[in-house]
Amino acid sequence: MKVEFKPEVKKEFEAIAARYPVRRAALLPALWLAQREFGFISTEALKATADLVGCSPAQAMETASFYTMYQKQKPGKYHLQFCQTISCLLNGAEDVRAAVEKKLNLKDGQTTADGQFSLQGVECLASCHTAPCMRINDEYHENLTVEKINQIIDELKAK
Amino acid sequence: MADFEPQLTKRFNVKDGHTLKGYLATGGYESLKKLFTMKPTEVIEEVKASNLKGRGGAGFPTGMKWSFVPQNTGKPIYLAVNADEGEPGTFTDRYMLFNDPHLLLEGIICACFAINSHTAYIYVRGEFYEQIQRLNAAIDEAKKANYLGKNIQGSGFDLEIYVHRGAGAYICGEETGLLESLEGKPGKPRIKPPFPAVVGLFGCPTIINNVKTLCSVPWIIANGAKAYAALGTQESPGTHVFGLSGHVNQTGYWEMPFGMPFMDFLNNYGKGVKGGKLKAVIPGGSSCPVLTAQECEDLTLSYESMKAHGTMFGTGCGIIMNEHTDMAKVLKNLTHFYSHESCGQCTPCREGTAWEDRLLKKILNGEATAKELDLMLEVADNMEGKTICVLSSALAMPVRSFLKKFRGDFEKYLVKNTVAVPEKVQ
Ligand SMILES: Cc1cc2nc3c(=O)[nH]c(=O)nc-3n(C[C@H](O)[C@H](O)[C@H](O)COP(=O)(O)O)c2cc1C
Ligand code: FES
Repeated sequence: MKVEFKPEVKKEFEAIAARYPVRRAALLPALWLAQREFGFISTEALKATADLVGCSPAQAMETASFYTMYQKQKPGKYHLQFCQTISCLLNGAEDVRAAVEKKLNLKDGQTTADGQFSLQGVECLASCHTAPCMRINDEYHENLTVEKINQIIDELKAK
Repeated sequence: MADFEPQLTKRFNVKDGHTLKGYLATGGYESLKKLFTMKPTEVIEEVKASNLKGRGGAGFPTGMKWSFVPQNTGKPIYLAVNADEGEPGTFTDRYMLFNDPHLLLEGIICACFAINSHTAYIYVRGEFYEQIQRLNAAIDEAKKANYLGKNIQGSGFDLEIYVHRGAGAYICGEETGLLESLEGKPGKPRIKPPFPAVVGLFGCPTIINNVKTLCSVPWIIANGAKAYAALGTQESPGTHVFGLSGHVNQTGYWEMPFGMPFMDFLNNYGKGVKGGKLKAVIPGGSSCPVLTAQECEDLTLSYESMKAHGTMFGTGCGIIMNEHTDMAKVLKNLTHFYSHESCGQCTPCREGTAWEDRLLKKILNGEATAKELDLMLEVADNMEGKTICVLSSALAMPVRSFLKKFRGDFEKYLVKNTVAVPEKVQ
């Protein structure tokens, strides 16, 4: 299904594009807008983004696929991003993640059937001193324990 | 520790220190008064004389880097600020951006004035959502108060600063990968030369500097290179925000002049190793060769001491491991990281990082012999110095140092019977 940016979003984009001497440079910000507007970067969203920026869909695809934060499939309402890198590993990240996988019956890259939760293993989130840590959507959760993560998930479920 | 006045973290506990009001109330934008009485070349000379070194990892002298910008090309000159902070174990730029965004703006103004640039982009990793909001708010405030925009404070100098949000790719922290990403492309590093100071963003001369490098500049301008050089050691002047993570009782970050003995830092600030005796330290982010507990005994927090110990200062954030740490598992974490983050354009890196990861998996599964350990070293040799950027070396160095210093941790996984079993009969 064809998707289109709203006129006000197009306007928002034009203000961003004006910051760069080359329009193509605004492709990353355009993809962020697309993700905000359409929920994830679908093939249709890619086409709309390419149109907006004035590049080819292949160029938009090449860039979108390089970066892990552009979601290529619809994420859950709560997108859990677990740091799986060294300092978090040293502080029990594996246990925290295993607890979540068990609680939600989810594996990396999956979304729960009700569309509430999705899980993604990510690399160092620059929060190594508050390990283990994760992000839920755009928010950091630090110094996690199995108990704490279970509580966070219960609270989100109750919302 | 000698008395010193915090430069980088002084507003971290000031209420509203991140707002223009709070910033101005605590001496913010003061360096500009002096800056605008100087010539750009004088600013470069001052920063050179301070011997400020880049805090992004490579430690390149900042003033010298600025002096490489050609002023006669007729093209615009750009400053790209590296706020991609992705080096595993590193977490202090995140707090600079959050707690004192105006200090970064002031540093950017100083740098842009020195290199004659009128446009700066701050490349912030995509995960730093709150930091991006604070930066944008600070830019708006600064513009309204004429610390940015046209004719800043009547100086005749114009400058615009824009925030560019990354989207999850460690390699975009590499300076030319960062430029590609700023141009809307995958962050695949560029072949050098030409160096970005000559041909950088949009084909124009460009300086790339780390957040803390730039945040160090206003103090140097305001107080002079001499005062800066008087702090720290001769080769590592000034202060830095040092961090500790991993197995420490008190993780965190602390600003101090360079030169403190590492063990004092670990014991007095980190409150000692958590869960057992010290086994190993990765001193400045995961790309630095690992050190044994013994090697740390006479180590100091300085570029020269790290180098003399066969490692690197890197980002100044140490990862601490206690005696119960399985170094083979830790290295497996790193081989996974680097193979995942390789941009894939150079064969030795794309194949080498993934091969190391597979070899280590085989070792951990108890399916390998000493042959695989040697092969890991051989692969590491073939990954270094043969690629466009140093991501490949950033894994080769840990592999070599882990295997050399902690070989026993790997050997315990080997198949006991080392008589070579033919893989196939025919
Ligand atoms: C793979 C890789 C990742 C890097 N990541 C970062 C980073 O996240 N932040 C940073 O400031 N420098 C990073 N660097 C170093 C930059 O390439 C560059 O040296 C630095 O930004 C220059 O600024 P400085 O001179 O102020 O240190 C990275 C380098 C490599 C090879
Ligand atoms: S290792 Fe997990 S945040 Fe850095």
